[in-house]
Amino acid sequence: MLEVIQDNWDLLQDGFVGTLKLTVVCGIASLLLGTLIAACRVSPVPPLRWFGAAYVNLFRNTPLTLIFFAVALGFPKLRFNFSFFQFAVIALSTYTAAFICEAIRSGINTVPIGQAEAARSLGMSFTQTLSQIVLPQAGRAAVPPIGSLLIAMVRNSAIASAFNTTELMGTSSTMIENGYKSLWVLVWIAIGYLIITLTMSALLAALEKKLAVVR
Amino acid sequence: MSREASVLFDVPGPKARRRNLIIGVVGTLALAAFLVFVIMRFEDTGQFESAKWDPFQYTGVQQFIFDGLKATLKAFALAAVFSIVLGAFLAAGRLSDHKIVRWASTTFVTFFRAMPLLVLIFMLYLVPGSQGWWKWDPMWPLVVGLTIYNGTVQAENIRAGILAVPKGQSEAAYALGMRKTQVMTMILVPQGIRTMLPTIISQVVVTLKDTSLGFLITYPELLAAAKLIGGYQDYHMPFIPVTIIVGTIYVAMCMILSAFATWLERRLRTSRKGKPIAVQPPRPAALSLDGAGV
Repeated sequence: MLEVIQDNWDLLQDGFVGTLKLTVVCGIASLLLGTLIAACRVSPVPPLRWFGAAYVNLFRNTPLTLIFFAVALGFPKLRFNFSFFQFAVIALSTYTAAFICEAIRSGINTVPIGQAEAARSLGMSFTQTLSQIVLPQAGRAAVPPIGSLLIAMVRNSAIASAFNTTELMGTSSTMIENGYKSLWVLVWIAIGYLIITLTMSALLAALEKKLAVVR
Repeated sequence: MSREASVLFDVPGPKARRRNLIIGVVGTLALAAFLVFVIMRFEDTGQFESAKWDPFQYTGVQQFIFDGLKATLKAFALAAVFSIVLGAFLAAGRLSDHKIVRWASTTFVTFFRAMPLLVLIFMLYLVPGSQGWWKWDPMWPLVVGLTIYNGTVQAENIRAGILAVPKGQSEAAYALGMRKTQVMTMILVPQGIRTMLPTIISQVVVTLKDTSLGFLITYPELLAAAKLIGGYQDYHMPFIPVTIIVGTIYVAMCMILSAFATWLERRLRTSRKGKPIAVQPPRPAALSLDGAGV
């Protein structure tokens, strides 16, 4: 079982770094996109709200494999040409963004309306109300769900392996073809994922502890 | 919402209404422009040619998609039922009075929730064959993998529903001389089920979505059917049309189930028998490996 990592250290390392890279890039992209769509969803402009709701409903009810399938195999046929890594980022972030949007929206919904009314009656402008009253409170409520969504995203990123992206799960096929026992190959890959997800979950717990306030 | 104040916005006055209208028009135009661009690209690459859509009138192709749908639904039905059963057992284990049972179920739940489902499915798919233990149809690794993963999530849903029942209920039942099994089956589960049912169904939607992972282990489900039809030379490789068709089937199925969960939640909330008990948010220090619905 140990020879699997001894012999394939470089390959596993590449895969591990690939998954990390995918995590960071998709994490940032889906946070940005999710925030943008959440902004649409809570805006006072009906068409933007409809768009936000439609996006969330559509992507939350679409299997991620189908999105990967449509992006990685369908985009080239429409002459949208990107690298496999970029395809993976597009597929994973559009999917995760729908969930992030909902986490942000329900975070905003936890802020009592009196908070904003008090801020406005003190003469605060929209920007001040938003940045000093609403978002600090909404952010605290949204951090735990967003954190678990990002952890789920890491697990979901394994699907990218089937669409030619260099990442951890993808290394398994090379190693199994080279004659290593699939059991140990997959055990080591699972450990690799556990390292990332458990680290993230520990970081998240620390962050939550730091942000926790008594309401 | 635009007519009333929210935490973000006050009721808009005439100036704000005008501004919102302008933003609305500009936003709609931008989205429409993007849509037109995509449709033009579809047109340019010949996705609307009748030759690419004709094959879907053949009964053979329709039958092929239908067979894929049947395979998807079969795996889904098995996995959904098994995962709820496993979830009930794991929840009972986590609520057990015996420390060993509690510890074992908690470890099981934590471990399988932290691992990517795909890795689990590949283990079940590849390992028994390569170790020479047994051979099985690719449907079973998919069903067993989905059962284990979703079972751990369902266990948490069921446990949360049971824990949400006020403590006085079980205390009263014990005081009446009920046994533990009686308290669980006659007092806690009937009350908790109203709280847990919507989340259980939402997780069933996730199970349905995840059956598409069967595509990666060559289980002949909907996506596999789509790939095969989409690469067929004689049909002018209708990959985009078939993806649109299969995608619509998937999204429609998931949306119907999601809508059912929402409807049920609303119905239970406004039921004459009173509201279901609200689930307490988990403690912040708890290991957060869930991501509801992902």
